[in-house]
Amino acid sequence: MKKWNLIVDVERCNNCNNCLIATKDEYSGNDFPGYSAPQPDLGTLWLTVKRHERGQAPMIDVSHYVETCNHCDNAACITDKTKDAVYKRDDGIVIIDPVKSKGRKDIVGTCPYGQIFWNEELQIPQKWTFDAHLLDNGWKEPRATQVCPTEALVAIKATDAEMAQKVDQEGLDVLRPELGLSPRVYYKNFGRIQSGFIGGSLYSVKDGIEDCLENAAIILEQNGAKISEAKTDIYGDFKFDGLEINDLIYDVKADINGKTLKIAENIKMSESVFLGNILV
Amino acid sequence: MSIKKIRLKATLFALPKLFAVKAKASATFRAHLNQRNCTVQIRLADNSVARYFTFNNGKITSKAEVHPEPDMTMLMKDLDTALTLMTPPVDYAETIHAAKNFRVNMVGDEEVIAWFMQMANKLDSDGWKYGEQMADGCTRYTQMTNGGPLHVYVKEGKIIRTTVIEFGDDDPGTWTMEARGKKFTPARKGKVAPHSLAMKSVVYSDKRILHPMKRVDFDPDGERNPQNRGKSGYERISWDEALNIVSKEILRQKQEHGPGAVAIAHPSHHQWGNVGYYLSSLMRFGNILGVTRVVLNPDSWEGWYWGAMHHYGNSMRLGATGGYGTLEDALKECELMVYWSSDPESQFGAYAGTESSERRLWAKELGIKTVHINPHYSPTAAFTGGKWLPIRPGTDTAMAMAIMYIWLEEDLYDKDFIENRTTGFDEWCAYLRGEVDGTPKTAEWQEAETGIAARDVRALAREWGRKKTYLGCGVNGGGFGGACRNASGIQWARAMVMMMAMQGWGKPGVNFGNLSVGSPVDMETYFPGYGEGGISGELTATGSATNNYVRMPHILTMNPVTQSIPRQRLPEAILEGEAEGYFLDPLSIEAQMRPFQYPAPGYSKVHMLYRYGGSSMGTVNSSNRFVKMYQSAELECVVSQSIWMEGETEFADIILPACTQFERWDIGEWSNSAGFGFHWVSQLNHRVIAVQQKCIEPLGESKSDYQIFWNLTKKLGLGAMFSEGCSELDWTKRVFESSDISKHISWKKFLKKGYYVLPAVADDQRTAVDMRWFYDGKPKDVPEPFPLPGGYSHKYLHGLQTQSGKFEFIPNSLKRLKPENEERPALLQYRAPFEGYASGRPNKPFPLQLVTPHQRFSFHTAQDGKNAAISDVPDHKILIKGRYYWIVRISEADAEARGIAHHDVVKVFNERGAVICAAEVTTRMAKGVVHSYESSANYEPLGEPGNSPDIGGCVNLLTPARMQSKGTVASAGSLCLVQIEKWDGLAAFQEADK
Repeated sequence: MKKWNLIVDVERCNNCNNCLIATKDEYSGNDFPGYSAPQPDLGTLWLTVKRHERGQAPMIDVSHYVETCNHCDNAACITDKTKDAVYKRDDGIVIIDPVKSKGRKDIVGTCPYGQIFWNEELQIPQKWTFDAHLLDNGWKEPRATQVCPTEALVAIKATDAEMAQKVDQEGLDVLRPELGLSPRVYYKNFGRIQSGFIGGSLYSVKDGIEDCLENAAIILEQNGAKISEAKTDIYGDFKFDGLEINDLIYDVKADINGKTLKIAENIKMSESVFLGNILV
Repeated sequence: MSIKKIRLKATLFALPKLFAVKAKASATFRAHLNQRNCTVQIRLADNSVARYFTFNNGKITSKAEVHPEPDMTMLMKDLDTALTLMTPPVDYAETIHAAKNFRVNMVGDEEVIAWFMQMANKLDSDGWKYGEQMADGCTRYTQMTNGGPLHVYVKEGKIIRTTVIEFGDDDPGTWTMEARGKKFTPARKGKVAPHSLAMKSVVYSDKRILHPMKRVDFDPDGERNPQNRGKSGYERISWDEALNIVSKEILRQKQEHGPGAVAIAHPSHHQWGNVGYYLSSLMRFGNILGVTRVVLNPDSWEGWYWGAMHHYGNSMRLGATGGYGTLEDALKECELMVYWSSDPESQFGAYAGTESSERRLWAKELGIKTVHINPHYSPTAAFTGGKWLPIRPGTDTAMAMAIMYIWLEEDLYDKDFIENRTTGFDEWCAYLRGEVDGTPKTAEWQEAETGIAARDVRALAREWGRKKTYLGCGVNGGGFGGACRNASGIQWARAMVMMMAMQGWGKPGVNFGNLSVGSPVDMETYFPGYGEGGISGELTATGSATNNYVRMPHILTMNPVTQSIPRQRLPEAILEGEAEGYFLDPLSIEAQMRPFQYPAPGYSKVHMLYRYGGSSMGTVNSSNRFVKMYQSAELECVVSQSIWMEGETEFADIILPACTQFERWDIGEWSNSAGFGFHWVSQLNHRVIAVQQKCIEPLGESKSDYQIFWNLTKKLGLGAMFSEGCSELDWTKRVFESSDISKHISWKKFLKKGYYVLPAVADDQRTAVDMRWFYDGKPKDVPEPFPLPGGYSHKYLHGLQTQSGKFEFIPNSLKRLKPENEERPALLQYRAPFEGYASGRPNKPFPLQLVTPHQRFSFHTAQDGKNAAISDVPDHKILIKGRYYWIVRISEADAEARGIAHHDVVKVFNERGAVICAAEVTTRMAKGVVHSYESSANYEPLGEPGNSPDIGGCVNLLTPARMQSKGTVASAGSLCLVQIEKWDGLAAFQEADK
C-alpha cells in the first residue's frame, strides 16, 4: 500500500511562502465535508515556514523549513478517547472529522508538535489534511508542493519500504524522533537547523597593510584530538559545520608556515560561533 | 436600384431578425435586449436608405423610414461606408477610418448608443465559451497577475482557490540548457510570486468598497469642508448621484478655472492587463477629458536613468541593461556572482514570480561562488549562501571605487577593452589615484565610509579581477531597484557600469545579471505589453505608436492639456502652487535634461484631483506631505476610484468603487511590460499569454475601472468616443487579434483554454549574449530596437548610444551640460549620502540608517493590509495581541542598546513622523542599520492625520522628499535616518484597541 509522505529540503527552500499562502487559500472560506471545515481567515497557520539563524554577523546562515501536521503513523492524536473523531486513512493521512470532533478541545493538546489548532468559532480542532479532499478528486499532489518553485517541498506516495530506503539513502530526519510517533513529514539537509558551526576569519599584517589570510590550515580539536581540518578561503574565512549542539568543548588551531597557532580555546558548542576577525 | 443599395437595405431589414433569433437562443442576449425601450435609426446622410428599429419590452419592430424622433441615429455618409460597417465581422481599421473622417456618426442618447452598439457586438460575442468544468464541480478560469498566471476555481459564483498553471501535453515543449557537463530544464509550470496566491483573500477583503460614497460634510453645491478630509466619515450614495456629482464637477472646473484644473494621479501599478491598465483605459479617459497629468519619475531606475545611462546609453531601458542570453552565458562561463544590492528572491524581477529561483540552485550545483554586498542579509543571501559584506547603505560607491583602484594598481582589468572600447579612462584613473582631490581611493579609505574592512575589499577585488564575474544589481540583476533608490544611487549605478567596463563587459562570463533574465524564450513573437498603451490611443506618452497603434486600429486620443506635475512634487504643486520636474523621456540620453514647470504657461492650477489605484502614502517619500495637500482648500474636489478602503482613500470627497481584475475581462502576457522593460519575458522559463477571464461578478456595486470611465464619459457625451462601442471583452479580442499569437491559435480556442504557451526557440536560434557584439567589436546583434537609428554616432548598429560610440568614463552628455551640475558632475566623485552614514559626523538625534526596499510579499500595496492572507506570513507582519504590526529589522547590538527585545512594539521616528512597528531582532542586519519594507497599504494615524504616529506601517512617512541631485527628479527615498525606541504608548493603545 502506497502512502503519502512530505519531504522538506532545507537547502532548497527560499522562504517564498507560496506553500503557506496556497494552503491558506485552500482552506480559508472553504468547507470540504468529511475532510475539513473552513480555516479562520487570519491567525492560524496549518502549514507554516520556520526560520533558523546561525552564527553572528557577518558569518551567518539562515534556513527555512516547513512545519505542519506530521500525519504520524503512531499518531498521538489518535487515542482510545479520540478515535471516534480522529482516524488514519490507508494512505497514511490523518483526518480529524470536522463533525465528530465538535467541542473536542481535548484533541488540540494531544499533538506534541502543536499542529492541531482550535477553531473558536466552529468549536472544532483543525489541522492540515494533506489536501486529502483534492487527492481523492484526482490531484497528483497537495497545493503546498504544487506551488513550490524549487522542489524544496515534495509530496511522495510510496510504500513504507520504499520510504525507509529513501530515508536511509538521503539521510532524512524527522522532527523529535525521540517521541517515537513515526511522522510522515521528513527533512532533508536538516543539519542546517540541528547542528552548529565554528567559524572565523584570519588576517595578517605586512608593512602596515592588512590582508585576509588565504589557504591557512585550520584544525578543530576536542580534548587535544583532531576532529576536523579546514582551509581558509580568499577572505580568510574558515568554517567547521555539522557540529552537534551538545555543549562539548572545542579548540581551534591554525597551521601557518609550519607553526601551530592557537586560534581559540574552550569553545562551548551551545550555538554556532563566529570567532571574529583574528590577526595571526 | 444599385446592387449595393439592395444589399444595404437587405442588411438593415435582416438586422432585427438577427436580434430576435439570437434572443430566442440566448437568455443573456435576451436580457440585454430587454434592458431598453427605444428607437434606433440607421440611415444614409441623404436618407436614400433608412430604417428605424423600435424596441419595446424585447419586441422589435422596424420600418424603412426616417423616424422623426429617434433616441439615437447611426448616420453614414455613403453606401460603401455603410456596407463596410454593417457587414460582419467588424473591420476596425475601416470603422475607425470612417469615424475619423466623419463618414459615420452616432448621435443621440449616449446610453442608447452604448446599449445598441453592445447589442450589435453581442451578436458575435454572446455565447463565446470559456472556463473548464472540473471534477469537484468548480469551473476553472484563467488570470494573469503581477506575479504570474493563475487558474481560478469558481463554484456558485465564488472563488474557491487560485492555483499555478501546470502545462499539459498539448502545450509546447520546454528548453534545456547544457552547462559544464550538466543539463538543466525548468519545471513545466508557471512559478508565481507569493502575492499572486493571496489574490482570493484580497478579492474578498472586508476592506472592499462595495458602493459609491460621499464624505458626509462634502456638499458639492455648498460647504465642501476640505479641511476635514481624512477625518469625517462617509455616506452611501447611488451610482447615478456619484456620476452626476463627478461629471458636473469636471465641467464646473473647466468652466470656472479653465483647462488644466482637473488632474489625474495614479500609482505606478494597478492590476495586470492590456485593457484595464493605467496606461490603457485611464490614459484614454484622461486624454478624452483633458487633464493635468501627474507624471511618474523613473522611480526604481533612479541611478541608472540619471547616472549609468550617460556612460553607455540604453536610454530606452532607462539606463538598465538588456540581459539577452546571459542565463546560458552565466551558467556556462561565470565563476563568481556578486549580488550588489540585489535581492531577486524578494523582488521577483518585478513581474516574473519565482521563475528564476531554481536557476540559483543550478548555479550552486555548478559551483559558482557568490558574494552579497548589502546591509541586510537578504532572502537571496539566505538562499544562496556565500560571502556577506554588510555595507553601510549609501556608501557603496566608495567600495566600488576602492575595488577599481585595486584593479588599477594590481593590473587586474581588461586593458584591451579599455583601450579599444572606452574613452576617458586616464582621467578616471587620475581621480582614483587621488590626483583630483588628494585622496587615493584605497581600500583603507573606503573602510571609514563603508564599514567593510580594507582587507575584505582587497580580497574581493582580487577574486573579482581574476575570475569571470557576473555583477547582479537591483531587482533582476541589470539595473533598477536596490541602492539606486537612495541619496547616492546615481553615483552607485555609474560606478557599477564603470566596474563592468574595466572587466570587459560582454566577455564570456562577464556581464550584468543574477540569473533572472536572459532565458532562451522566443523574443520575436509580438504580444503587446502594458507599456504599449493598450486601448489608450496615446502615441507619445506610451509605446503605442511602435506596434500597437497600427496592429490594433483604434481612435487616437490626445490630451489638450500639456501641463504636468512630477509625482514626487504633487503636494508642493498644490500647497505652494508651483513645482519643477524633468520628464521621463527614454528617446535619448539628453531628453532627461529638459525641465518643465507647473503651472505650465497659460493653464489653470489644479483644483480637482481624480485619484485612481493604490496608496501613495505607502509608496511616495515623506508622505505626510499628502495629508496637508488633501486638506488644502486649493483642492475643491477629490475623487478616489479605488478597490479598497486603504491608504489615502479616506481623504476623498467622492469614492467610486472599482472591482478587481478577477471581476472583469482583460488579456495579458506574463512579465511583458514592453516599454522600458522591453523583453522582460526573458525572465521567464516559458512565455505565457492569458485571457484574464471574468471569474466572478463584481462584488457589491463595484464596477470595473473601464466601466466607470465609460459611464462617466457617457454623462459628458463622450461615451462612444471613449468605448468605440466595445466592452472589455470586445477589447480583449481586439488585443488578441493585434498580436502575433492570433496566427497560431484561433480566438475561440484561446478563449476556451484561457492561456497560450509560446514554443521554445530552437537551440541554434537563441539570441546572442548582451554586449558580446560590443566586446567583439561587431555590429549589434541582439533584438533590441534601440538606440533609435539617429541615436548612433557611428554607422547604424555600430557602437553604443554615446557621443563616442564607446563606453565613456567621463560622459560627454554630462560634459555638454553647461554649467556643469556639481551634484552630478561628468567626472564621478564620491559623496556621502546627504541622509545616511557620514564618516566622522555623529548622526544625532537619529543615529540609525533605515533602508526601505521594495517589499516581498505584496506587489507594492496590492496585497498588503486588507486583512489579506499575507498578514500571517511570518516575515511580512507580526501578530501581537490581536493586531498585525509592520516589521522593522534591527541588529542584536542596536536592539540591546535600546532595551528592545525580539517582537517588542517600537516607535520608529524622525523629524518627519513616527511609525509603530514590531521589532525583529536579527543577526541579519549590519550594526547601525535597520530595515523595513516600503509600500504599506495602510495609513492609520493614531490621532490627528499628519501629526500623529501611524500604526499602519507606512514607513515612507519617514523618508526624504529631497532629490538625489538637482536637475533630476531622482527620488532618494530608500534610505533615511531614524531613531527607534520601545513604544511607551503600547499599553494604553492595547487597552483602547480592545
